[in-house]
Amino acid sequence: MRQRHPDGITPSEITPEAVFHARRDVLRAAGFVGAAALLASARAGAEDIPTRYRRLPGLKKSPYSVKETPNSFEDITSYNNFYEFGLDKTDPAENAGRFRPKPWSVSIEGEAEVTGRFTLEDILKPHPLEERIYRFRCVEAWSMVIPWVGFPLGDLLKRFKPTSKAKYVAFETIVRPEEMPGQKGRTLDWPYIEGLTLAEAMNPLSLMVVGVYGVELPNQNGAPLRLIVPWKYGFKSIKSIVRIRFTDKQPRTTWSEAAPDEYGFYANVNPEVDHPRWSQATERRIGSAFLAPKQRTLPFNGYGAQVAALYKGLDLTRNY
Amino acid sequence: MPSLRQVRLIGKPVVFTASLLPLAWLVAGAAGVGGVDLGVNPVETIQDTAGIWALRFLLLTLSMTPLRHATGQAWPLQFRRMLGLFAFTYAAVHFANYLALDRAFDFMEIIPDLTKRPFIMVGAAALLMLLPLAITSTAGWRRRLGPRWIALHRLVYPLTILVCWHFWWQVKKDVTEPLVYSLILASLLGLRMWRSRRKTGMLT
Repeated sequence: MRQRHPDGITPSEITPEAVFHARRDVLRAAGFVGAAALLASARAGAEDIPTRYRRLPGLKKSPYSVKETPNSFEDITSYNNFYEFGLDKTDPAENAGRFRPKPWSVSIEGEAEVTGRFTLEDILKPHPLEERIYRFRCVEAWSMVIPWVGFPLGDLLKRFKPTSKAKYVAFETIVRPEEMPGQKGRTLDWPYIEGLTLAEAMNPLSLMVVGVYGVELPNQNGAPLRLIVPWKYGFKSIKSIVRIRFTDKQPRTTWSEAAPDEYGFYANVNPEVDHPRWSQATERRIGSAFLAPKQRTLPFNGYGAQVAALYKGLDLTRNY
Repeated sequence: MPSLRQVRLIGKPVVFTASLLPLAWLVAGAAGVGGVDLGVNPVETIQDTAGIWALRFLLLTLSMTPLRHATGQAWPLQFRRMLGLFAFTYAAVHFANYLALDRAFDFMEIIPDLTKRPFIMVGAAALLMLLPLAITSTAGWRRRLGPRWIALHRLVYPLTILVCWHFWWQVKKDVTEPLVYSLILASLLGLRMWRSRRKTGMLT
């Protein structure tokens, strides 16, 4: 056995001078990150939307649009959660290329007079498209401003004449593991399912979305048909919808089943009810300047005037 | 077997430079040079990258002694301190990024984080344990502390467990990655325990 110094240091363990000084450099370099961050400005906002995305002509402007500056097309289409395509927020953009959103059909079921399978064209035909610039708040405490293209969900639902027993609307995402690599694992219990109360669904803010930035939805953003409920956390806004069912009971939802203590049925944006593991009081606006502080999260994501009445008498701390 | 001279003149500079690469990537990305892109949420990219490299360097540091036992050669121990200091460096970047860029020094947010959110408390505890190890990593401190130095530096085991826990706890759904790192840590700790049982009384 190698002979040891009394204090336990072998001569070979004494640091050469060069390394000793280099070590100081490491610590200095750590401080440099902050300085470098100061130099980095906000990301370029102007964007060229790739021509492969079909333009959606004749869009109406909407009085429900917010005045804030939208995020870039790149922000919106390269950073999002869509676990069907992988767990990282860059995975959907990378893995959604094989997905085929056409042809598409949607099955309408449950407590309604008109049910059956409808092609996407049938679904969309009567509805003029409009642009709605909405705030989007993820439950992970980041946010964007997104110019969606769509039409009111309520206008679609009325066509199926829900019966008096219809109290809720349930939605389901397509299952195609061969095109959606994330569905090959059991990360979530596929298909992804979501739901709203009928009153929430009929609220004029609830939007059926087919496009963004004036072009049809990229696969990674939920093509060809998705929901947007701007006063709720993003996971409520289910993507690539193939089934809509009117029900008399509160439907099951994917995240509230996966982690019931962390995600509820309502999932309204609420700065006063923290996620068990992080604060919901503030949010990071994607695309803002590097050193911009997080901004305060607004109750109902700033849409309280339109939707707070839906929850009168409901304890929003318990019904999170 | 590499000689001490080879370790000093070639091995250490090579490992040192390689260890700086993730940090250089972050700095280049933050400064917007060299075509490095930290993505749409650079603050999160810095947070995750620095954090995962801190854990990787901790595990590398802990691998050096088993590597010495496995190879019967002394050179792995030559890298232990450098790797440990890189673990500290990446942990410091991780923490500084949280304080400055993520929380913008807003103590109305930081204090609730540190008092109410277990996964952040666990991470902060690990960093507080790592700090004295970085400070006392010099030969002078080692000499001054004598046998207490070894006792102090055994903190690396519990603190790495805390780091794995911290990682595990912040994952939203899929725990595969923290599981892999935890299994590596468990095997490293298992090796050490098995060895110390087998050769009771032998210095590590």
